Amino acid sequence: MAPNPSSEFAFEPSPSVPGVAATEGRPIEAVGPWSSARARLRRNRTAMTALAVFATIVACCLAAPLWADQVAHVGPDENNLTGTFERGGKRLYVVTPPPETKPVGPGWSGRYLLGADKNGRDEMVRLLYGGRNSLLVGFASALITTVVAVILGLLAGYFRGRTDLVVRTTFDIIWSFPVLLLGISLGTALAIGGLHLGPIDIESGSLWIPILVIGVIYIPYLGRPVRGQVLALREKEFVEAAVAQGAGPLRIMFGELLPNLASTILVFGTLIVANNILTEAALSFLGAGVQLPTPSWGNMIGEGVNLLSTAPHLTIVPGLAITLTVLALNVFGDGLRDALDPRAKVRLR
Amino acid sequence: MARFAVRRLINMAFVLFAISVVTFLIFYVFPGTNTSAQVQRIAGRSSNEVTRAQVKKDYGFDRPVFVQYERLVEKFADGSLISYSNQTNVRDEIARGIPATVSLVLGAAVIWTFFGVLFGVLSAVYAGRWPDRVLTVLSMIGISLPVFWVGALLLYYLTDRIHLFPPGGYVKLTEDPWGWFTHLLLPWFTLSILFIGFYSRLLRSNILDTINEDYVRTARAKGLSERRVLVRHVLRNALIPIVTLFGLDFGAAIGGGAILTESIFSLQGVGQYAAQSVGSLDLPPVMGTTLYAAGFIVLLSAVVDIAYAYLDPRIRLTA
Repeated sequence: MAPNPSSEFAFEPSPSVPGVAATEGRPIEAVGPWSSARARLRRNRTAMTALAVFATIVACCLAAPLWADQVAHVGPDENNLTGTFERGGKRLYVVTPPPETKPVGPGWSGRYLLGADKNGRDEMVRLLYGGRNSLLVGFASALITTVVAVILGLLAGYFRGRTDLVVRTTFDIIWSFPVLLLGISLGTALAIGGLHLGPIDIESGSLWIPILVIGVIYIPYLGRPVRGQVLALREKEFVEAAVAQGAGPLRIMFGELLPNLASTILVFGTLIVANNILTEAALSFLGAGVQLPTPSWGNMIGEGVNLLSTAPHLTIVPGLAITLTVLALNVFGDGLRDALDPRAKVRLR
Repeated sequence: MARFAVRRLINMAFVLFAISVVTFLIFYVFPGTNTSAQVQRIAGRSSNEVTRAQVKKDYGFDRPVFVQYERLVEKFADGSLISYSNQTNVRDEIARGIPATVSLVLGAAVIWTFFGVLFGVLSAVYAGRWPDRVLTVLSMIGISLPVFWVGALLLYYLTDRIHLFPPGGYVKLTEDPWGWFTHLLLPWFTLSILFIGFYSRLLRSNILDTINEDYVRTARAKGLSERRVLVRHVLRNALIPIVTLFGLDFGAAIGGGAILTESIFSLQGVGQYAAQSVGSLDLPPVMGTTLYAAGFIVLLSAVVDIAYAYLDPRIRLTA
């Protein structure tokens, strides 16, 4: 396709933007939608900062065992109710003896950098391990939501008729439950009994339970807009052209329609990870998500709120971690939307 | 019109049936269909032999699956579902919690609508300048905060430490209106934060879209003041999606969205009842709140749809 001279980049050649520079003497290079979107995203300093912040958080959480082994020399589940440790040349109780029983607060020492919790466990180590679990639940559930919703949306929108009726009804039924309550119900029922359904056999306490629960409850939130877009896209000429070339339903759905949905999916995918981290926190806080003693940012807050008066760091620290992570993802998702398709109406909830 | 209403009601009946089946699946089938495990789930972990035998008979755990389903629906319909860990009737407990939940959500809805619209308009009017930037940053933070965390910190630092607000709990409006108001002030704001963020961002982008419409140019061309153009022409149209959204959010907040705020501030509403039951792994109340809340939302959306169709003939003709 010939480059469009009126495209927004043609008149502002900038050497820092790859593939856009229209230097004299050379023909103007064509710019695809993806590379121009990437260039726009790269110039959005706020979004790139958010991405860097998020990447740092992920890297820190992945390095949890390194911190536990090399710096803190203690695992995430090791209680230490009676011990003492060294900080700044002084020996301190990890948890002051009864009747006070006050866990030590944050301070400058490799061990107990962020203080201890009520069992004398290292809060920093738990924060990193908890972050691994929270991020894992957030990502894996977002992946489930996205993959299932896109496949169902494609099938419903492409085949219409009975397939559409079944898919639409399924979405409607999930949709009619208040989303948090549905998550709580599933989370509680499965936290007690595990999931035993045909070939699926998951014990209670497994991380797979919150992943599946959170993954399922948000399916209609992406499935509905995808179905709508597919219904409109399948009438376009390029689909007709593909049919004329002899393409079957699978090739049309995944080869022709799916690439057109990519920007919606990417933007939604980013925002749903943020949303799912918040949902995980809420469910775990109530006891219907990640089950203790496995740490997650949500259940760490749940343990901390009862000790706000003696050890506020147990509540403040994991909450800040959640806020920072979710904020970074939301800001990046916003930038991604601006770069890919500013008019895209992707909404959660 | 009558045809539309009948069709909508049939659809509603089907969805009600479907949610009862889904609830049954969640609590009876997904966690495994081993009879003694099923009985223990309903009766609670610390239940005795007598209770378990009674639960087994009551819920039909020794009978086929469809009998179990029928028994469960019966319990929901006649309100005889009880919690075995404290021998209370689930429907009565939910009914007792409704005033607190409605008070919380109504007040919060007023606050989030007011500030959502105010911030959204300010953001759009000053688009690109510093008030817009400040508000954008604030709303971004607002939608990224865990509600229960903010609630817990506000409660602790503003009531326990400096006694600015009364401690948590719910005071009945009929007994002490001022106490009702002061006790709810902090929960209202906590619940509103997220929605203020969402609404102001949505309204900002809606206004900026509307401002380029032809009729806005026409309104300006005929010499209307900027203020009148904004309020009468731009805002009126930009608010339409917000109104639709408000209905959805309000229903969702009543039907379970306020659960975290309620349990942090111990407001003794429906949400706190559900949260406590989750904490003690007491399934009948969790089952009850979920199904009643979903039923309420399904009913509400049917009523709203029929009301819309009555007001706007286009809907009943195309749907």
